[in-house]
Amino acid sequence: MRKYSGVMVFAEQREGETHPITFELLGKGREIADKLGAELSGVLLGYQVKDKARELIYYGADKVFLFDHPSLKEFDVVLYKRILVDLIKEEKPEIFLVGATRLGRSLAPRIAAALNTGLTADCIDLQIDENGDLVQIRPAFTGNIIAHIKTKTKPVMATVRYRVLPPGRRDVSRRGKVIVKEVEISGDTGIKVIRKERAKRVRIAEADVIVACGRGLRKREDLKMIEELASLLGGVVGASRPLVDEGWISRDHQVGFSGNVVKPRLYIACGISGSPQHIAGMRNSEVIIAINIDPSAPIFKIADYGVVGDLYEIVPRLIGELKKRRGVRDGRKNSEET
Amino acid sequence: MGLHIVVPIKQVPDIEKVKFDVEIGRIDRSSAPGETNPFDLNALEAAVQIKEKLGGTVTAISMGPLQAQSTLRDALSRGADRAILLSDVRFSGADTLATSYTLACAIRKLGRFDLIICGEKTVDGDTGQVGPELAEHLDIPHVAYVSEIRKVSEEKIVVVSDMGDAYYLVEVRLPALITVTKDINTPRLPTLRDKLKARKAKIEVWTADNLADVADVSRFGLSGSPTTVYEITFPAEKGKNVKILRGEDAVNELLEILEERGFL
Repeated sequence: MRKYSGVMVFAEQREGETHPITFELLGKGREIADKLGAELSGVLLGYQVKDKARELIYYGADKVFLFDHPSLKEFDVVLYKRILVDLIKEEKPEIFLVGATRLGRSLAPRIAAALNTGLTADCIDLQIDENGDLVQIRPAFTGNIIAHIKTKTKPVMATVRYRVLPPGRRDVSRRGKVIVKEVEISGDTGIKVIRKERAKRVRIAEADVIVACGRGLRKREDLKMIEELASLLGGVVGASRPLVDEGWISRDHQVGFSGNVVKPRLYIACGISGSPQHIAGMRNSEVIIAINIDPSAPIFKIADYGVVGDLYEIVPRLIGELKKRRGVRDGRKNSEET
Repeated sequence: MGLHIVVPIKQVPDIEKVKFDVEIGRIDRSSAPGETNPFDLNALEAAVQIKEKLGGTVTAISMGPLQAQSTLRDALSRGADRAILLSDVRFSGADTLATSYTLACAIRKLGRFDLIICGEKTVDGDTGQVGPELAEHLDIPHVAYVSEIRKVSEEKIVVVSDMGDAYYLVEVRLPALITVTKDINTPRLPTLRDKLKARKAKIEVWTADNLADVADVSRFGLSGSPTTVYEITFPAEKGKNVKILRGEDAVNELLEILEERGFL
């Protein structure tokens, strides 16, 4: 029987656009494959996505399995699972990686259960140890602990959190093979995607700058102030759960364990005390600034900079100063133009 | 008439109170009282609302030590009709694969089921894997991250699935499994009367022997679990170096920091 070997990455796409987690997986996958002296492959499912397959090679894949068929246009978890399980049985990768997006976290467990193999959820890092085993590192207990996990079955499967690992380097001189696979559709899966209802107003998980507010905000109208600060910094508004529950702002803006897990370059928490659930959703932000009137607020424990003070004084002054600076800058620009 | 709905639930430590032993890297589960995984309350509420509309039954099922009976009583007080606890030392040490397999065997043993509703994840394991794995073991379709149920009949269910970037309207044939987000509803609080009734209700306890005729017992518990946590560490507390700004200069200092870090 053929031995399990190599690393295989599931290339997630939506409406023909490759999800950026794919390039992060390929970056890590390449590193692991090189350490093991093995091959890195990608697998892409969709409709009219042929031109996306080559990209996977530029990002590090040695070969790409392409399944292109009209019935793969929408995400049918059962159909995707069937195809991937068959491919894994044929190709026997030692490691199979999937993005820990909602799509990936719905799909990967079905594949793992079908193959009767182990799956580690939402990893923040993967390493090869001295025995050549894959060490899967992930937070648990609402982010309170970090678990190091090994798997004794093959393939070793893991989902990996978005925006934690750097993307692979794109190199258009890379060569690799795109293997076009036949898609056999046999029977109804029981799932019918009727339509996309609506896109989210804000894709907070992908924002570089988030200005978030919590219970420290006294009334709904005061959100305007937070919005203004966010827009001056080129960011979006985030909120802790109580404001969402109050109906002040839509769930799309919620940051936290039961909302969105975010990792912006800058996170400004205004009037957020920092419940464990909130912290689990934003602790990996690069720079955290907390503005809170209570010096004992838990948010200060994970912040890089803390301003002990009333957000109703600090935020308007920040806005004022930023506008002043912008005014100066825009003024300069205008005079240059004339 | 009506649907037979199964809701898998888990007893978890209260995450606000649970203590972690940083020195030896373990979780002291006895440090906090057990509570029902908050996401499972939304699953149970969704099930009870369907029962109120179409009739049928709601069965809550859990796997864990005998203390988890209190979580099943909680489920009964919130509208479940029947409660089953899978409790056996042979089930312990299970990862998501073994857990989902064991639950699948127990649900098969129940006989007819039309819909399984799970919470999207638990606050302790935080994997969200047991639901989809359970669907695979039972060979039924599933939809994850359901934020709204639009239509239910005895043949199919139409739901809105929150896929992160957008919401999708999806129709699924029954029997099926869905996992639900917190957006789907606000779980009801049990009345005192319901609580008293649940206190006297019977919780069925099933052991590995009860499942032996429908299961491969080597796939239960530790022996059926391919993944092992071999080390636990604690996230570095950034805040040890938090720079606190106060008073008049705070805003100017903040602006300098933003400038320095390239945010302006």
